[in-house]
Amino acid sequence: MEALGLLLHGFAVLLTWKTLVLMMVGLVLGIFVGVLPGLGGPNGVAILLPLTFTMDPTSAIVMLSCIYWGALFGGAITSILFNIPGEAWSVATTFDGYPMAQQGRAAEALTAAFTSSFIGSLVAVLLITFLAPMISSFALKFGPPEFFAVYLLTFCSFVGLGREAKHKTVISMSLGLLLAGIGMDTVSGNLRMTFGSSELLRGINFLVAVIGLFGISEILLTMEERLALRGHAASISLRVVLSVWKDLPKYWVTLLRSSFIGCWLGITPGGAIAASFMGYNLAKRFSKDPESFGKGRIEGVFAPETAAHASGTAALLPMLALGIPGSGTAAILLGGLMVWGLNPGPLLFVEHKDFVWGLIASMYLGNVVGLVLVLTTVPIFASILRVPFAAVAPMIVVSCAIGAYAIENAMFDIWLMLGFGVVGYVFKKIGIPLAPFTLALVLGNRAEDAFRLSMIGAGGDLKVFWSNGLVGSITTLAIVLLFWPAVDGLLSRLGWTKQTKRSSP
Amino acid sequence: MPQTDLEIVVDDPTAPEDDSPSVVSSGTIEIFVCLLLLALAATLGYDNWRTGASWDSTGPEPGYFPFYLSVILGGASLYGLIVALVAHRAAPETFVTRAQARRVMAVFVPTLLFCLATQFLGLYVASFLLIASFMRLVGKIAPWKSLLTAIVFTAIMFVTFDIAFDVIMPKGPLEAAFGH
Repeated sequence: MEALGLLLHGFAVLLTWKTLVLMMVGLVLGIFVGVLPGLGGPNGVAILLPLTFTMDPTSAIVMLSCIYWGALFGGAITSILFNIPGEAWSVATTFDGYPMAQQGRAAEALTAAFTSSFIGSLVAVLLITFLAPMISSFALKFGPPEFFAVYLLTFCSFVGLGREAKHKTVISMSLGLLLAGIGMDTVSGNLRMTFGSSELLRGINFLVAVIGLFGISEILLTMEERLALRGHAASISLRVVLSVWKDLPKYWVTLLRSSFIGCWLGITPGGAIAASFMGYNLAKRFSKDPESFGKGRIEGVFAPETAAHASGTAALLPMLALGIPGSGTAAILLGGLMVWGLNPGPLLFVEHKDFVWGLIASMYLGNVVGLVLVLTTVPIFASILRVPFAAVAPMIVVSCAIGAYAIENAMFDIWLMLGFGVVGYVFKKIGIPLAPFTLALVLGNRAEDAFRLSMIGAGGDLKVFWSNGLVGSITTLAIVLLFWPAVDGLLSRLGWTKQTKRSSP
Repeated sequence: MPQTDLEIVVDDPTAPEDDSPSVVSSGTIEIFVCLLLLALAATLGYDNWRTGASWDSTGPEPGYFPFYLSVILGGASLYGLIVALVAHRAAPETFVTRAQARRVMAVFVPTLLFCLATQFLGLYVASFLLIASFMRLVGKIAPWKSLLTAIVFTAIMFVTFDIAFDVIMPKGPLEAAFGH
């Protein structure tokens, strides 16, 4: 297997003291970010991104992805001990995790959560290892029309499959695409939508927007809540860990099912949140006594955690292979790639072998190290929550400002960040989803370039998007997904109810 | 029950009351946002139309793609406006209560001042001022704790970014006095 050889090479790239230290630092920062209220995976990665600007891309991506794994692990700690989901995808973990903690089985629940996160990521990383090179070598044959079709597919599936009101997703996405177009036009060199402002000439940086949208707005939202908390502090002993691991084979069906759900929803833009709930619900439905779920059943922790992590990790697959992020955090990592001067897309596997395989190897290693780290340090991280929010909030604000400024060394970006913070706050409160906005902002220019290049190539004939079987079927699929609710309704009226229900529960 | 004897308890004395009156309803904000987005779509659409939103011999002109996006944004906002106007009459949902608004402002206003201070005093001085005063005035934390936290955090940031990672932050008169 070629992939195995390259993977081993990736490990060789990785196994230096410097990288290992960065990995640990990344994991600790990530868990920190995951535990703290008002911060989460995407915010953490966005805020800490400037730290990596002066590193070489491989060290940088290793550290950033470790922040991401750490945040995924950290979310489970607060869900189980405090009944406060640190992240939206940890909500399902609280259903059985918190009751377990109340019964004095916190250590058991935490071990279950961390172990299943590990298993979920592992399955997804295995998938990436073998599938990503295949997809990318296939995608090397893509021309601009194919790429535009794939972008279109991504955008349309967000609109068609998203759970928010359709017009709100469309608002969010078109706004993102528009803002991406501000500044110098990459094809003709003309200025667009700058209104004579020299600050807008540079365009709106995607990372500045993300820091504002997720960092600043999240603090504003957190302040609205009652911040009092009461929870258990637990330390995990080796005996508990071993006893949970001994029982693990009993739950292989649940683990495997959740892993598959997670991988599938991670690659398609369903996301970790949907995956965790689906994992939980299916485990409950197929259980012999569904009544016991919600009362502290260990399977109720295994199922959502495995799915959430498999999905969070699988979201990196389309990012690596096609340059299309499967989640908000993947979108930020993609933004990072561009900052380090790498061009995301299928060529990455050819031109930057060290980088790609270093990253994939770091997924394996980061998860192993992360598992050991969280199992041993839970009490320390749980006690972070003792720090009053009045101390945490201004520090987060300062970190956000540093992050926003560092990207382009521009004071204007700090103001822009503040503006996006307000926009993010209002949008979240009236139910306009932010993920499509983020995705559109990062992909906007590439999608437009692909569109215009295919138009130039075809002499302005829209039929180019149906010019061969491949591009035609992707474009058609995109349009079907855009109108998916209508299509779904039509299918069920034609008597296909059973099949459609099963494929999209 | 082993392992869970220790409990972590954090109180929030200034938590917003649950029965606080609503300041503004979600519907009103939605209408307002849709109107703003419509205005934005119109402005951007006009600008792109001016740049050139049709086809020429080489393909689509620079304004083509964003012009049609403005049309989509405008359409979706208009639809959102109608939906919000219709729903508005039914049941008003709270956007923010008075107590919540007070807390949000307690973070937003200092953040705004912090951005202003960064512009004139440099980021590190502004960061020290923000953390110390926020902890003291909003969090009611003891002065020495607030000052110490602010100094330590700002120093760590300075060492990490400006010295260790070479990421240069905006400076003001204080740093200039020390020759940075």
